[in-house]
Amino acid sequence: MPEKRIVLKNCEIIDPRDVNTSLEQDGFKALNQALGMPPEAVIAEVKASGLRGRGGAGFPCGLKWEIARKSLSVEKYLICNADEGEVGTFKDRYILQNDPFTLIEAMAIAAHAINAKQAYIYLRAEYHYLLAGLAEAINQVKAKGFLQHLDITIREGAGAYICGEESALMDSIEGKRGEARFKPPFPPNKGLWGKPTIINNVETLMNIPAILLNGAGWFNQIGTDKSKGTKVFSVSGDVDRPGVCEFVMGSRLEEIIVDWAHARDIKMVQVGGATGGIIPASMIKTPLAFETILGSGAVTALDKSRDTLDFVSRTVEFLAEESCGKCTPCREGTEVMLEILGRLARGEGQKEDIQTLEELSNVMSLSSLCGLGQAASIPVLDTLKYFRNEYETRINQSVFLRSLRGQRWQ
Amino acid sequence: MSEKLKVEGREHLLAQLQDEQENAGYISEQFIKQTAESLGISISEVYGVATFYHLLSTQPQGRNVILVCKCIPCYFKGSDSVIETIHEKLGIAPGETTQDGKFSLQLTNCIGACDQAPAILLNHDLHCNLTPVKIAQILEACQ
Repeated sequence: MPEKRIVLKNCEIIDPRDVNTSLEQDGFKALNQALGMPPEAVIAEVKASGLRGRGGAGFPCGLKWEIARKSLSVEKYLICNADEGEVGTFKDRYILQNDPFTLIEAMAIAAHAINAKQAYIYLRAEYHYLLAGLAEAINQVKAKGFLQHLDITIREGAGAYICGEESALMDSIEGKRGEARFKPPFPPNKGLWGKPTIINNVETLMNIPAILLNGAGWFNQIGTDKSKGTKVFSVSGDVDRPGVCEFVMGSRLEEIIVDWAHARDIKMVQVGGATGGIIPASMIKTPLAFETILGSGAVTALDKSRDTLDFVSRTVEFLAEESCGKCTPCREGTEVMLEILGRLARGEGQKEDIQTLEELSNVMSLSSLCGLGQAASIPVLDTLKYFRNEYETRINQSVFLRSLRGQRWQ
Repeated sequence: MSEKLKVEGREHLLAQLQDEQENAGYISEQFIKQTAESLGISISEVYGVATFYHLLSTQPQGRNVILVCKCIPCYFKGSDSVIETIHEKLGIAPGETTQDGKFSLQLTNCIGACDQAPAILLNHDLHCNLTPVKIAQILEACQ
């Protein structure tokens, strides 16, 4: 299957510094259409399309909007999550650089649907260089008279992966440490400053104008049973052609990593960033969708020269550094995991290390407060599943070498 | 002061810290105390926010801050040699500042430039597909 562009349809076609070039590509037509519809009808259309959140969790978008719409509060907020911190993910950067107008249009539609007067774009601090362009795009759209019902404010992060998690993101906008909140209540009921709040990923919102223009039925035909539409992938690692591409949901990993990105000698591919699952080369035909494996759409290839333990310990190092520290299973669990994996990678493993990693993984996934801790063990468990021999060989070698040195323990 | 006003004041804490980081290069103890007082919140709360975010610093930084991405995609494409090259040119290791106060070197997590790895952020600007020659030119331009 070739690339199919819905989300990226204007990228590298329009001039991101000139709203008129967006208007030439039907920009803001969907907004005008939506403003002429009752909000409930807009929500019904999004619901019928089957659009699910593209940030990684895959929550039905229309349902989220409906909950916020029905909430009785007068004040409501809309947040666009542009805190793209997941390792190997850069699709939102590409979208913000190439087509800020469709995003702004989608936010204006979403705000109309839930009746929010204030919206925020939470932009990660590492993307500071995109801020001026984005602000200019908002001004141009405003000057065209498209934002009369909505104020869009850009809020900049200050460097924290966890702020991509929606409840931590809201705490950050409130000026606090970005720590995950206990749920429920969920943001559509009680979010920013305790008011109903919709938080949508950049890519999720980018789908909205096309859905309204072409109809839910059109969108619903694309993709798989449970994953409608397309997905934007960020391809990196051991490939000849890293970059951003958009494929229909359910496309096979091979089409993206081999046919599109020209990877060779693949050992494994991590899909979905630091907490993403591992696909060994033998399963390269796996379809990518919510019902299989997807996450943020980060696709990172590892060729046969890569050391599994080095890779996993570096991945867990990232998670340990980025844990917000609020809940014990994640704060302590990632540290202990890192200590064990570091030892294994250095060739100082002990026989019970694998069992300890597995037990720890269970505790963390069952008892962590948010997705970070719950999913932190996925790369560990997946590599244990597919590359267990590498763990065992390394441990056996370590134990043997110690025995030569006369260290009899272990 | 009504509860509402307090909440609104509190909202500006992170923005104030970001401004101070931008203008002064770091967040001093003095600034933390002042901010706590002006917002009517505890010093520990301000300190807690100031130390939570990677891009805020409570230690003085060089005039140019180099952030080297060390995550998997950049690591695979040679982030170690980027660090090594900077070390050779400037004589500083990660976490250090040159004696003349011109440069600080920090490691950072994914900066979203994995398609152009290895990459660094230098004072907010992205530099990618780095080679030793390119790094030398970038540092030269800062002198």
